[in-house]
Amino acid sequence: MAFNFTAFTYIVALIGDAFLIFFAIFHVIAFDELKTDYKNPIDQCNSLNPLVLPEYLLHIFLNLLFLFCGEWFSLCINIPLIAYHIWRYKNRPVMSGPGLYDPTTVLKTDTLSRNMREGWIKLAVYLISFFYYIYGMVNSLIST
Amino acid sequence: MATPFSGQKPPNLAPNPAKMYGSASVASRPTPAGQRIPYGVPPPTNPEQQSQQNNNLQNAPPPPRAGAVWPPSLPNVAAPGAQPMMPPAQQTSQTYPYSQVYQPAPQQQPPPPQPAVQPPPPGMFGTQPAGAPLQYQAQAPPQAYGQHPQQQPQSAPGGPYGTSGPLNVAQQGFSRLWGQDTIDLMQNRHILTPATLPPPKVVLHNQFHESINCSPSIMRCTLTKIPESNSLLQKSRLPLGIVIHPFRDVNSLPVIQCINIVRCRLCRTYINPFVYFVDSKMWKCNLCYRVNELPDDFQFDPATKTYGDVTRRPEVRSSTIEFIAPSEYMLRPPQPAMYLFLFDVSIIAQQSGYLEAACAVLNRHLDEMPGDARTQVGFICFDSFVHFYSMAEGLNQPHEMTLLDIEDPFLPRPDSLLVNLKECKELVRDLLKQLPKRFAHTHDPGVRLGCCSAGCFQANGELSYSKRNLNHREYCLQQASGGRITVFQSCLPNKGPGALEPREDPNNRSAKDVAHLNPATDFYKRFALECSGYQIACDLFLMNQQYSDMATISGISKHSGGCVHHFPLYQKTKPHMVDSFRSCFKRYLTRKIGFEAVMRIRCTRGLQVHTFHGNFFVRSTDLLSLPNVNPDAGYGMQISYEESLTDAKTICFQAALLYTNSEGERRIRVHTVCLPVTASLPEVMHSADTEAIIGLLSKMAVDRSVASNLSDARDAFINATIDVYNAFKIAQNLPSGQSGQLIAPRSLALLPLYILGLLKHPAFRVGTSTRLDDRVYAMDCMKTLPLDQLMKYVYPELYKIDALIYHARNSNISSNQDDDEDEDEPLPELPRLQLSAEHLDSRSIFLMDCGTLIMIYVGLNVPPDVLEAVLGISSTAELGDYVYGLPNVVSNENDVLKRFILRLNYDKPYSALVQIIRDTSTAKGQFIERLTDDRSESSLSYYEFLQHIRAQVK
Repeated sequence: MAFNFTAFTYIVALIGDAFLIFFAIFHVIAFDELKTDYKNPIDQCNSLNPLVLPEYLLHIFLNLLFLFCGEWFSLCINIPLIAYHIWRYKNRPVMSGPGLYDPTTVLKTDTLSRNMREGWIKLAVYLISFFYYIYGMVNSLIST
Repeated sequence: MATPFSGQKPPNLAPNPAKMYGSASVASRPTPAGQRIPYGVPPPTNPEQQSQQNNNLQNAPPPPRAGAVWPPSLPNVAAPGAQPMMPPAQQTSQTYPYSQVYQPAPQQQPPPPQPAVQPPPPGMFGTQPAGAPLQYQAQAPPQAYGQHPQQQPQSAPGGPYGTSGPLNVAQQGFSRLWGQDTIDLMQNRHILTPATLPPPKVVLHNQFHESINCSPSIMRCTLTKIPESNSLLQKSRLPLGIVIHPFRDVNSLPVIQCINIVRCRLCRTYINPFVYFVDSKMWKCNLCYRVNELPDDFQFDPATKTYGDVTRRPEVRSSTIEFIAPSEYMLRPPQPAMYLFLFDVSIIAQQSGYLEAACAVLNRHLDEMPGDARTQVGFICFDSFVHFYSMAEGLNQPHEMTLLDIEDPFLPRPDSLLVNLKECKELVRDLLKQLPKRFAHTHDPGVRLGCCSAGCFQANGELSYSKRNLNHREYCLQQASGGRITVFQSCLPNKGPGALEPREDPNNRSAKDVAHLNPATDFYKRFALECSGYQIACDLFLMNQQYSDMATISGISKHSGGCVHHFPLYQKTKPHMVDSFRSCFKRYLTRKIGFEAVMRIRCTRGLQVHTFHGNFFVRSTDLLSLPNVNPDAGYGMQISYEESLTDAKTICFQAALLYTNSEGERRIRVHTVCLPVTASLPEVMHSADTEAIIGLLSKMAVDRSVASNLSDARDAFINATIDVYNAFKIAQNLPSGQSGQLIAPRSLALLPLYILGLLKHPAFRVGTSTRLDDRVYAMDCMKTLPLDQLMKYVYPELYKIDALIYHARNSNISSNQDDDEDEDEPLPELPRLQLSAEHLDSRSIFLMDCGTLIMIYVGLNVPPDVLEAVLGISSTAELGDYVYGLPNVVSNENDVLKRFILRLNYDKPYSALVQIIRDTSTAKGQFIERLTDDRSESSLSYYEFLQHIRAQVK
């Protein structure tokens, strides 16, 4: 039993993942509010857009840690999501500030349901990886 | 249309054979309550002819009464009854070398005699193929609409389920009876006929509901029978949606003022004619099915001042109604009308000289602008700097203040920028007179502006005014909130924030893929959203000389509920452009306006609005925020299913527009349309409304071109057409595989024609040089034009006006005989021609109505007396290359033509510019370009397009 860089990585990943789960929950709630006519799309986009890049950066940061300590499997299960994030950000609507969501199109049913689905799927992914990170942490703590 | 079948109604939805076959005479026919009694039923034709018509739905010779439709005054038209249909194979193989041999019709007629007139090959200016339109008229004869129960026993003695030979006849007769006849498009190239043009009527089980249903000019659904489930809709491959023109100028609008407006407690639907009254105290909402209580005062009938009968209430008698809203519909006191005009006074703008025209029109119609005593106006000019005009009380003349610091704009004298129009009218007039001179003069030195930068005399990024507005709004909104900003822009904004770069590559205007349909920056969109939040709409008049990035600038209108007008290459030296601008601007100033409006679309449970199209900001899933609403704006909505509609017999869409009118009154205009639900795929297909479908498809295609690219959108058009015909083939259980036929329901017969028109339209065409701004503007029109104008824009109406002239001559003779004849006798109905040069003819005059432009095409060999009478010239050589406006000639012919144009202009926002084109003039290209049925270097002809579709339909 030893506390090494891998164990440290997994602990950081656990904390980071908890934040990501919060981001995902916030995302789902925000779009549900839009759907149920509870909030103005302009306000909602203004509150969502600043959170997009921090979420992506945090996720990439966790994976950089995995890369440095050679946790290839953990890295691999996250690569599709990174690729999706990059693709998503490249195809964002024309806007001057950071973020993804455009108040004029966010209420289109297609966009709304896609964003909703994206939120749920990401929540599931983060949750599953959360448990995997716990396993990884325990594993790295007891393996040596 | 005064066709023979106008006034007849489609029969009941469900055929009742007993009723149909029960007796042969009209008089003894049982007429149960609610059944329509057909009026205007033509007398029974003789049985032989009748069965012949039934046999050959497509190939029948025209019945003699077709002559009544077609004004028989054309000298070169043979008697219609004697005009036989030529064999299709012969016709097509002669015209189109690529055509295949057609299967003979199932029951071929005896070989028809050789036609008297052969249609010339398309593209040649031969004589009018007199037979062609006539033939078709006969192919879908007027009876197609009608119901002649009394004739059925003759043609189908075996009864409805008989197995003998006449079965086929009976079936065909029936399918026509129920409006379900099919047309083989390959054999009927002349498809644009009175039988295919009118949209299918909405058939409801309740005759009263049918008669009061929302006018199709206001709200129209792409399907007049709603499929009961999403899977059925998918099978039909048709788009489901509504196109709506909510603020249309209507003549008789019931306006009611009441203390409490009756609405559903659950879904807030306004009470409408299609609700179900459980008893005199309860009503059941037709959208969410909740049973609501009726307030006591609803029993009172304001018209007769009696109590007791709820069905006499105007809310229940009219599906379009306007309520004067009580105070709970206001968040704040209704705002006054506020207008702010922003003029571009850069050197390019001065060269185009629009300012003179704009100021003159504004000056003349200052009193006609809608508004009450609180109306306020303001003016701002911008070039490199921003010029404000202070018209405070007590001043003898307007004071100009120039803001040099455009990086940090602020508002000098905020109190006197917007002034009360009534109180300061003289000052405003004074300013409007001085403005054009003022800047014409300032530009003379030109040094200071010239030093701005090489080639950018224009100045002032839009930002300076935008930011100014942001400041301005804080001020003006405090006291009044909201209004209208009118922006005149003549070139690319190139200074300050919001500055744009030229993006268009002029050498690439005809390339396959068009780039830069998207805005370059979201600056204008953000500005628009900000405006929208303050109930300000921005309208844009773009009078550009060169590329001005319409795609980006138009964002200020798109998202703030404004409108865009485009006058490319505007020059004061071109009188027709000036005229066109003047009439457009006049209409713009004087038309009705609704402020701080919101529109909500409600649908029956099970349906929901999927996507909105138009200029607005979507504030929630079914609520549009429209800072201004104007009578010339149309909207479209795609509808999707939430759940299946199996239990519903009818569904309704209700559009409620809440606005403040220019008199400061809060009003709600409610439109409700009711449509039946069906479970049968063929019924869905037969009830499709092609025009509404085109309206919706064009909007979807604009979205597709912007989100993806243009070729995707073009492919989507073609695929949509193929899919629809494929679906129809499956619905009809037609054998698969190539048959040389393209069977279409009559309701969808015009789809390929219009789709081809769209593919060749400036918005979607490729291979023809199209300026990017023009394309973006055309796309914007697709999104915002109301359906009737959109159709003219996509597929202009072409008429041969010889019949008018002959009519005028005849009436001339007759009026000589008795002078007391009414001056306003009805004009003859002219048949619409397809947009093909094959209909052109050197001895006739043609008129093409493209919406904002009417082109009169004068053939080379028009008789001089006709020319003299209509245009006041003795030969076509006297016409210049570019002639605008119809000359005033004192003659019946000229008068009739004017009345005809007046009738065409009746529904338009402003009367169209008339252009006269001689056969040899250089302007002929404009006319030929719009003949979309013909082949061009880069696009297919209508027939080739059909061939393509047919090859793809499995």
